[in-house]
Amino acid sequence: MLEIKNLHAKIEDKPILKGINLTVKPGEIHAIMGPNGSGKSTLSQVIAGRDSYEVTEGDILFNGESILEMEPEERAWVGLFMAFQYPVEIPGVSNAYFLRTALNAKRKNLGLPELDAMEFMKYIKEKMTSIGLDPSMLSRAVNEGFSGGEKKRNEIFQMAVLEPKIGILDETDSGLDIDALKIVSEGVNMLKNSERSFVLVTHYQRILNYITPDYVHVLMNGKIVKSGGKELALQLEQEGYAPIEKALMATV
Amino acid sequence: MSTEILESYTQREYEWGFVSDIEEDALPPGLNEEVIKAISKKKEEPEWMCEWRLNAYKKWQELQEPTWHNVHYPKVDFQDIVYYSAPKQKPKLNSLDEADPELVRTFEKLGIPIEEQKALAGVAVDAVFDSVSVATTFKEKLHEVGVIFCPISEAIRDYPELVKKYIGSVVPVTDNFYASLNSAVFTDGTFVYIPKGVRCPMELSTYFRINAAKTGQFERTLIVADEDSYVSYLEGCTAPMRDENQLHAAVVELVAMKGATIKYSTVQNWYPGDKDGKGGIYNFVTKRGKCDDNAKITWTQVETGSAITWKYPSVILKGDNSIGEFYSVALTSGKQQADTGTKMIHIGKNTRSTIVSKGISAINGQNTYRGQVKVNAGADNARNYSQCDSMLMGDRCGAHTFPYIDVKNKSATVEHEASTSKIGEDQIFYFRQRGISAEDAVNMIVSGFCKEVFKELPMEFAVEAQKLLAVSLEGSVG
Repeated sequence: MLEIKNLHAKIEDKPILKGINLTVKPGEIHAIMGPNGSGKSTLSQVIAGRDSYEVTEGDILFNGESILEMEPEERAWVGLFMAFQYPVEIPGVSNAYFLRTALNAKRKNLGLPELDAMEFMKYIKEKMTSIGLDPSMLSRAVNEGFSGGEKKRNEIFQMAVLEPKIGILDETDSGLDIDALKIVSEGVNMLKNSERSFVLVTHYQRILNYITPDYVHVLMNGKIVKSGGKELALQLEQEGYAPIEKALMATV
Repeated sequence: MSTEILESYTQREYEWGFVSDIEEDALPPGLNEEVIKAISKKKEEPEWMCEWRLNAYKKWQELQEPTWHNVHYPKVDFQDIVYYSAPKQKPKLNSLDEADPELVRTFEKLGIPIEEQKALAGVAVDAVFDSVSVATTFKEKLHEVGVIFCPISEAIRDYPELVKKYIGSVVPVTDNFYASLNSAVFTDGTFVYIPKGVRCPMELSTYFRINAAKTGQFERTLIVADEDSYVSYLEGCTAPMRDENQLHAAVVELVAMKGATIKYSTVQNWYPGDKDGKGGIYNFVTKRGKCDDNAKITWTQVETGSAITWKYPSVILKGDNSIGEFYSVALTSGKQQADTGTKMIHIGKNTRSTIVSKGISAINGQNTYRGQVKVNAGADNARNYSQCDSMLMGDRCGAHTFPYIDVKNKSATVEHEASTSKIGEDQIFYFRQRGISAEDAVNMIVSGFCKEVFKELPMEFAVEAQKLLAVSLEGSVG
């Protein structure tokens, strides 16, 4: 589904990603872990198409086709969703209006009929119940005055509404208390199925207590330096990143 | 957001930049007593009006052009302006069929709703083309309830007592340089009178349009709402593209007697000039209302046009318990400059005022909010709430806020809130990641920012205003 090949990317003149290789198959959950400054967030943003980063080498394939030339909105239409580490506030724009515009933009580009306000409300009601979102959130402005937990839950709710093929969670667990973490994890567990894949980008192992990854990758200095199963995450929690770093230094 | 995207996004051609081909009946450029007498004569005015004009002209000569505002433009040569121009046509029209077909086509291009559909929607239109009003609908229906809605030149002839009593009563001829000039040379405008206890049965609207090259347009509007009456007045305008700067110096006076309510809404889209700022309209407007006891005046404006805007719709809260409100969206893009705001003068007891100002600056646009809240010694329990929000798009534009607060009564409550935000690349990216294009994202963000003002506009005007903002920020997203 998602194939990243020898990906190099820089911001201004600073190289951040230095040859990433990653293959995510349908239904798989991959965790990407790494210390601060390893390039985790850059990887999420580059996959989503943020234009402040420049891809200098390599390719990203989605369902076999390169998406490097696609605009961020085009990537969204074909089924790529990114949950933000810091969801932005949009004063005066209600959650419902925002989501309907997003959903209809996607439907229109997939050749599906757009949903009118009534159809949309019906569609969204089920999603709300399943995520446990308070209905009053719909009429509130997007993320405005939301607590950290509410913002993250809103991200998961948006993902549920937009039904992507792959969800990239960019440090969605950072700054969450344990209850919020559970809610986010439950959302992901509910949305995962044999077709839909996830990439969890995270600094901490704790979210992996609630979401079981198929693979764990360690990102350091712009490269994936170690891959393994979920036991790798536990090892990281106990030992930290230092032993891996040390081992790397030794091989250099 | 990257400047590149913003630039391509905000650089658009002026949609209504066409010049219609209509014969003009105009005076030669320049200003002196003879020109003023000639205008008065052409308008078939009574002598008192001509004298009133000449007096204003005398006062104008003693006044200095203001320089305190935060806008910059080449000096205006007042002797190079044509002060009167009228489209040649039959003197009196009963219906649109009799109007110059070219004129009607112009209105159609602008989407001015003179036609039947709009009439059914309940909007009476008094269209001002250059300096002469050519079409008025719904007059009879209004006549039934005693509402007078006509060109001011007609009112001067038909209702001289009313005009004489109230013209200059809110904005005196000596008020300021541009108001004096307007008083001397105004060629047309609108007069409205709502009798005691009458609720005007429809929204009244006037569309202005500048057409003749080099013709300064000096509109004069006078709205008198008698005791316990209600009126909602809509003003909208657009002008064709041209190469020279055009001066527009209107005066609007509102008189709200005891218990009366006047809502005055404006959507303004004068030609802003090309992307280098060449050829745009200079808009120097004096708008003011006066409230008696328990009266209320609401100014709502959406300003997207003009090269230079200088405008402070104000309310004198003379009567006890009177209310003044000002809701404004001002957008400056390209090389546009706006210095706009309001004045709320609290004189009566228990007077209240609300100010909500939203300024949007893009490209090199410079947006200045200048507002004054004055509470006089006798204004016990006066209350004011002011909110000034600025939004910046790009890094070469500017937002400036100059609030003046002058309180002489200890029981007064005055609140002022201000904020500045920037449409950031992170906001746009958030929309795009959800599948919404950058162009739609900017429109949604801007509309959200202006929501509090839009909700004060009459429904159909609100839709129009939203469209206008979108058009004003339109372009291809790079």
